[in-house]
Amino acid sequence: MVMISEPSIAQTMTTSIANVLVTQRNEILQDWMHLQLSSETMRADLISEAELRIESDRFLEVLAPAMRSGNFSDIRALEYKPVLEVLERFSRSRGLQGFTPSETATFVFSFKQPLFNALRKSGDKDLSEQFENVWAANLLIDKLGLYTTEVYQQSREEVIRRQQGEMLELSTPVVQIWEGILALPLIGTLDSDRTSVMMETLLQKIVETRSELAIIDITGVPTVDTLVAQHLLKTVAAARLMGADCLISGIRPQIAQTMVHLQIDLSEVTTKATLAEALRFALKRSGRATQGKTAKE
Amino acid sequence: MDRIPILRMGDLLLVTIQVDMHDQLASALQDDLTSKITEVSAKGILIDISSLDIVDSFIGRMLANTSAMARILGAEAVVVGMQPAVAITLVELGLNLSGVHTALDVEKGVEMLHDRIGTPELGDTDVRF
Repeated sequence: MVMISEPSIAQTMTTSIANVLVTQRNEILQDWMHLQLSSETMRADLISEAELRIESDRFLEVLAPAMRSGNFSDIRALEYKPVLEVLERFSRSRGLQGFTPSETATFVFSFKQPLFNALRKSGDKDLSEQFENVWAANLLIDKLGLYTTEVYQQSREEVIRRQQGEMLELSTPVVQIWEGILALPLIGTLDSDRTSVMMETLLQKIVETRSELAIIDITGVPTVDTLVAQHLLKTVAAARLMGADCLISGIRPQIAQTMVHLQIDLSEVTTKATLAEALRFALKRSGRATQGKTAKE
Repeated sequence: MDRIPILRMGDLLLVTIQVDMHDQLASALQDDLTSKITEVSAKGILIDISSLDIVDSFIGRMLANTSAMARILGAEAVVVGMQPAVAITLVELGLNLSGVHTALDVEKGVEMLHDRIGTPELGDTDVRF
């Protein structure tokens, strides 16, 4: 139940606030609309007056029954579910429309003034009781307003997660650049996840195309640390176990220096500065193999 | 106890490993292979592991040992058809099977063996790179 006063007073309080909300709904709505339209956060470019009225009314509609329960502090309780649903839909659509999270939360906060006006006018003469009412409503509205920013955060995070997934897919293309020669141009930071995906994709492609040479180009990789280097070396080793060879190309001067300082052992791996050099080397290698075969026939 | 069949292709021997190897099967295979190499004077052996989707250090060692045995008897060994997941596992286990030659499949394995040992049918007088 209510946390700030005893049950009997709470009962009176809830009845009075919820009642006011119900009996004075139209006046409160008018008052609120007037306030919102004249406020500096009103984004007439993003939302029309009619839409705003509908949204505001819907909020009032679900808020009254929730308040009637007497619970003014726990917005996760069952009675507030409809309110949270309305706010969630509202926050998401506002976010999509281009409103900032503050603008969206302000919608909820701006409700305080019309509500308090109505409470004051409701004729309740007991000042301390009035103050209790106002305070309880204030805390509640704060929580509801903050809830909209939480929803906003969550939907941003969903977008980021989705984009990360897409980027992961986009970022490991294995291309066959010549008969028997594959190229894997890596772009961006290499972390464990990406590297295992890359490793599997490359090795799978080696089997599918029966390519004996793969060039891993790291021109697009900004930094190489010991972890990244280990991943690369593992990929090379795995490919070799399968019967294919890997070259690493696109090693920038800075990275070459870093690798030596980190004492990364590349003695087992053929490395070239550019993809072009690597391709030339690969062609020579496979050319030699072809030459060898022709000679035998 | 089943034994793994050994097929002969010219002067090459082909072995396909399709089942889980256990101690007895592995040593039976090594027995059979070494005998056969000597018996037909094989110059190369191909060990096809394309059906294996999991491999442990035991198999890793078995492959390395078998290659070494063959070499002592004058035959080159090539392991072919390693699956990507298996290769990754072996690398993670730190087994790099140095000294074991590998090829993507049987066809390339045969090519590699012929490169190394020469193709007997054509004789040895071709100009080779």
